[in-house]
Amino acid sequence: MKENKKTYWKGLEQLSNDPEFVKHADKEFAELPTILNEDGSASRRDFLKVMGFSLAAASLAACEAPIRKAIPYVNKPIDINPSIPNYYASTFASGGDYAAVVVKTREGRPIKIDGNELSPINKGKVNAIVEASVLSLYDKQRLANPMIGGAVAEWAALDTEVKSKLASAGTVKIVANTILSPSTEKALQEFGAAFGGAELIMYDPISNFGISKAAETFYGAAVIPSYHFDKAKTIVSFGADFLGTWISPIEFAGAYAKTRKISKEKPEMSRHYQFESNLSMTGANADYRTPIKASQSGLAVLALYNAIASKSGAATVSASKVEIANLDKAAADLLASKGASLVVSGSNDPNVQIVINAINELLGNNGATVDFANPVFFRRGNDERMNQFVGELKGGQVGGVIFYNCNPVYDHARGAEIAEGIAKAKVSISTNGTLDETSSLVQIVAPDHHFLESWNDFQPKQGQFSLSQPTISPLFKTRQAQESFLIWAGSTTNYYDYLQANWNATLFPLAGKGASFQEFWDQALFNGVVSVETTPKSVSAIGDASAAASAVAQTYKADNSGAELVIYSKVGIGSGAFANNPWLQEMPDPITKATWDNYLTVSQKWATDNGVTMYEENTQKASITVNGKSLIVPILVQPGQANGTFGLAIGYGRTKAGRVADGVGVNAYDLLDASKGFVNFDITTGVEVAVTGDSYKIARTQTHQTFMGRENVIQESVLSAYQADASAGRYRPKIYKDGEFVKPSKLSLWKGHQYSQHHWGLAIDMNSCIGCGACTVACQVENNVAVVGKQEVLNRREMAWIRIDRYYSSDASAEDLKGMEIAAENPEVTFQPMMCQQCNNAPCETVCPVAATTHSSEGLNQMTYNRCIGTRYCANNCPYKVRRFNWFKYHDNKDFAGVNIAQNDDLGKMVLNPDVTVRVRGVMEKCSMCVQRIQAGKLTAKREKRTIQDGEINMACAVACPTDALVFGDMNDPNSKVSKLLKIEENISALKEVGEERAYHVLEEINVSPNVWYFTKIRNKEKNEA
Amino acid sequence: MLSKRSLVGIRLSFQTLAVLFFMLIGASAYAVDPAVIDSDEAIAVGKTVFNANCKTCHKLDQKYIGPALRGSTVRNSAEWVKRWIKNSGEVIASGDSYAVALFKEYNNSIMPAYTFLSDAELDGLLSYIEYGDKVDPAAAAAVAGGADGSTGAGGGIPSEYLTVILGVLVLVLILILVVLGLIISVLTKYINKQDLPEDEKEFVSQKFEFAKVFKSDGFIIVVTALVIALVAKTAIDGLYSVGVQQGYAPAQPIAFSHALHAGQYEVACQYCHTGVEIGKSANIPSANICMNCHTHIQNVGGKEGISPEIAKIYAAVDNNQPIEWVRVHNLPDLAYFNHAQHVAVGGIECQTCHGPIQEMEVVGQHTSLTMGWCIDCHRQTEVATQGNAYYDKLVQLHSDSKDALKVKDIGGLECAKCHY
Repeated sequence: MKENKKTYWKGLEQLSNDPEFVKHADKEFAELPTILNEDGSASRRDFLKVMGFSLAAASLAACEAPIRKAIPYVNKPIDINPSIPNYYASTFASGGDYAAVVVKTREGRPIKIDGNELSPINKGKVNAIVEASVLSLYDKQRLANPMIGGAVAEWAALDTEVKSKLASAGTVKIVANTILSPSTEKALQEFGAAFGGAELIMYDPISNFGISKAAETFYGAAVIPSYHFDKAKTIVSFGADFLGTWISPIEFAGAYAKTRKISKEKPEMSRHYQFESNLSMTGANADYRTPIKASQSGLAVLALYNAIASKSGAATVSASKVEIANLDKAAADLLASKGASLVVSGSNDPNVQIVINAINELLGNNGATVDFANPVFFRRGNDERMNQFVGELKGGQVGGVIFYNCNPVYDHARGAEIAEGIAKAKVSISTNGTLDETSSLVQIVAPDHHFLESWNDFQPKQGQFSLSQPTISPLFKTRQAQESFLIWAGSTTNYYDYLQANWNATLFPLAGKGASFQEFWDQALFNGVVSVETTPKSVSAIGDASAAASAVAQTYKADNSGAELVIYSKVGIGSGAFANNPWLQEMPDPITKATWDNYLTVSQKWATDNGVTMYEENTQKASITVNGKSLIVPILVQPGQANGTFGLAIGYGRTKAGRVADGVGVNAYDLLDASKGFVNFDITTGVEVAVTGDSYKIARTQTHQTFMGRENVIQESVLSAYQADASAGRYRPKIYKDGEFVKPSKLSLWKGHQYSQHHWGLAIDMNSCIGCGACTVACQVENNVAVVGKQEVLNRREMAWIRIDRYYSSDASAEDLKGMEIAAENPEVTFQPMMCQQCNNAPCETVCPVAATTHSSEGLNQMTYNRCIGTRYCANNCPYKVRRFNWFKYHDNKDFAGVNIAQNDDLGKMVLNPDVTVRVRGVMEKCSMCVQRIQAGKLTAKREKRTIQDGEINMACAVACPTDALVFGDMNDPNSKVSKLLKIEENISALKEVGEERAYHVLEEINVSPNVWYFTKIRNKEKNEA
Repeated sequence: MLSKRSLVGIRLSFQTLAVLFFMLIGASAYAVDPAVIDSDEAIAVGKTVFNANCKTCHKLDQKYIGPALRGSTVRNSAEWVKRWIKNSGEVIASGDSYAVALFKEYNNSIMPAYTFLSDAELDGLLSYIEYGDKVDPAAAAAVAGGADGSTGAGGGIPSEYLTVILGVLVLVLILILVVLGLIISVLTKYINKQDLPEDEKEFVSQKFEFAKVFKSDGFIIVVTALVIALVAKTAIDGLYSVGVQQGYAPAQPIAFSHALHAGQYEVACQYCHTGVEIGKSANIPSANICMNCHTHIQNVGGKEGISPEIAKIYAAVDNNQPIEWVRVHNLPDLAYFNHAQHVAVGGIECQTCHGPIQEMEVVGQHTSLTMGWCIDCHRQTEVATQGNAYYDKLVQLHSDSKDALKVKDIGGLECAKCHY
């Protein structure tokens, strides 16, 4: 058919483009002529008329209801029912981080990730990064097409291009982060075989190469062992943040918490020593924490070795003496719990790790708490090989380089050199899902699926396997990377068949148990995890520590006068791979409570000496120079920071991550030192720090550091006191009434409630809470909580429904009020999760003029958004400050589109929980105790005509908590876990008599009677000391 | 009265006798295969099997998508029928003449195979088909007769009579008015003819002045007040109806008739609205559910060819394009409503909220769906606690109260039951 090229005009004026016409062309209605007064101003009557008309017009326009469509499936899949969630077992793995997960989907969209309870590794628990990873699926930044030379291409064209180019490229190298998948490795081998033995080089942004290198020397096998923190009575850590970021933090946090839970039946807990420079989250949980300089850390390990060796009849090594507090005490405790103790180090120096191995051998921990015979496969990156590779790449010796889902240009110490070297390779390919720092430099990008769109398998630990399966059809024209490799190698099987075939050949004979393969596969897919019995290879020490010890004695110094930089990773941002996720950016750091930034942590002494004061969010900038490389960073005064050391987090300073992360913070990877054969995170020489004098604001959610000795908020004691009296540390306020002092609950303005069916309650064990913040992100995902961005956090308008208050202890005496505001040099730290306390005598309810917040017959304090008119009286009257006001419309608002991506673009909105209202501007919101989950659980029970089983309803925060610090349940059910924890007698009154001595209410004296109980914090210390 | 009732009685017994007579003749003329057991247990088993597998396409006494089932074992042996149910395709393939004829009669569509049914289940099914759920003509007649009798005996006035009576009364009153007017004018004329004093004459001939009344303060005040009240009432009612779409019955892309499907053919609501007992949304049926029946039924009322409306379903399936229905019931996003809670747990009939849906050619919003309407129902409705262990504790705690356990008593008026 001939193309229609006719043009129609409305009239001549359009044809001639008359200026008057052009002016009005886009206005459907001409402007109303205004009747003017003689002096030219509009009269009052005209104003009223126009006003009246617009009002009427506006209301009429509002009356017209839009036509809404209801569009059913053409062919409804049998297992998808609108409004009913489906759950699929899958696996999260990125750069060696691992969690077996269960993905909740609604109408075919993944909306929430929880841990897989069948997993022996993470045991149903997750951390903030895993929890938030569902949003990265809906990131606009993801590549929608394969690309060749920066232009959009078709897959067929790409495959031809890759095959022909690689065939003539010469040596081909594949660069990747730790690969946990046996089938992926097999596919890569097949690919390698097709291209003259293309070598796979693995590195990790957060490297633990030192451990496997040390194991190779000491045990003859380059592996990372399994650690069993749950079996350890004494734990000594030299800078290893094992609860937050070290190797397998979710697993370790769960195991560690088991040793920290105490009760009258089990009045014992582990003792935890931490020696470190920065105040890490793990250090914050330690019973004894000693700040040491990074330059001393090796000597500290040697000193511990000597202390133990001298008492165990082994040879000591000579080393310069260092005075380190608590070290002797730690040695004594370790010796007292031989075989049930654990010494770990976060150092990446193989020599230090060899000494650590020797210490664990002396203590008989190998095979008990450290298990080299059953190694894990996390963090298998080889720094030496990677270093060599960078040299080869730079020297133009690499013909073809493929970056398999890794971003070394950003997250490797020699990123700049890699960027330079990529141009020298004949062919460069990346499978990264976004056009990041690395993939923007390569010739060909073959984007991989998101992990929620992929098939894969994983072997995190010897004999432990898990699967990942697609939970949504691919959103974009991406392709599973393994499939790409197979296609390039000339194979025609798709990766799903390949994976199944591999399992059929390898795992099925071991774990099939007489079932058919299909049955075995279906069961594995349903469970998500498979365990195989393996016979562990016996491991015994072949090396000895003397050579390493003398190397350590030479490398480390007892008195280094220069500044030292300790580069660390944050619990929320990690390596920075997920930095473009606003949930993680706005998650307050567990220790500093800072959001949207990295910063130089400095000691209080250095700050005083250099005239830096931090008042609330206001701070100054400093320039840090490390061996010629310079960065300008804001300063954050950090109590507990070892004097003379500075801390800086990696994961920031992204340039090509996307609109959320670009330009946030500085890139600390540039300062890492790769010259010693391993990536060194402790820079002890050539560091200079100078205050620039520029002022800066760091957005922190908590600017007050101490709890000012208020026992009504934080109640704590030490183990020996608890063993003598279970109510040690309890503060019991009394109120004066008619000549005597009575319990606050005896005096009430309120009539009280009766809860005939359920009485929901929450018990929070402050001994198990490690402050990791997994709960805060879980809450954000579950309840559609808005992200507000840095400026609004600075304005103290963050929307989080649950926050974790972090309190430092102070050295000042109780009378010195000013002094008590300042945290101790090396403070004790307490974490307290704080959310709506669901008060039975709720102060918010009594002041609401429109009854928008009311009490339910199940003990919940309900918030009704559509009734709220935004007076904010409730927030003013809340003693816990847990109510959040919507100062803006955060959804569908271009001002927040860059940060609140889950509520602004069509793609991001797919992650929203359809059962929870997205709140509008001008209403108050707060924790609802996940009322949508309560209602859904009740309905299931009613439909099945039975009572509710304890545990089937759970709050999102409690589900995510890796340490089970939060326990939710029905306090009217005497058999529920929460009732048993609190020792409640069956009773339908709102006022429950709680028999547990450790349980208390925050601010008990005001008798608002919360349904949230806290358990006193007990430290395993000799005496109560700061 | 007494005589009438006895008359009814006589008529009834005649009917019963006649029916019994015909039934006896019928029984002797068309014999059910004696292999079919007539026991309550077998019928009960069969009813479950029937409801689970057959109900969609078959009725007992009426031709539906498939033939009426009663009498199957009269037309063929029980053994044959079982073979047919298990795998009708095989029977047709074997060249059985009855089977082939049946196949042709129903547009060459094959009934799915039910190989999974056990022999006991099949026996039960046949028992149910032949002996179950019989519409007992005697009982039906008795009910009809009883209804007649009660109408006579109750003596209530039907509403249409009431209107007639009122109309007659109005007519009579108007007549009386006219007559009175006539009398007045006759009397006035008569008095005027008399020789009366001047003042009395004036009194007789004086006119009633309406104008004065209209201009009086009292009248103006009353009228103004009435007008204001009326305007205010209209305005307030109008404002309350903003967003209320009661009666909204938009045209749909396919002229689907609930009156035909749910009314005439009594297709169960849950058959199409699959989510109604399990989830929040009842679900608009997907095209493949329509196709369960409409693969066979291609036109209405036995007409030839494909009906243009049904053709739209075929087009949707062929082009893989979903049908874009217009949503009739629009709750605001801030309100959470769950069908399963009301239908599966509460045992509420669909019609309670959706009105006589089985009579609607085009579905319209029957109720206002306002919060006041929800709350009213929650105030009045008793909780369906019977046999539901979830409510046991609540029932026990409520046992002291004289009133029934209503939804309002268990938190049915609380905000966070619907708003979160």
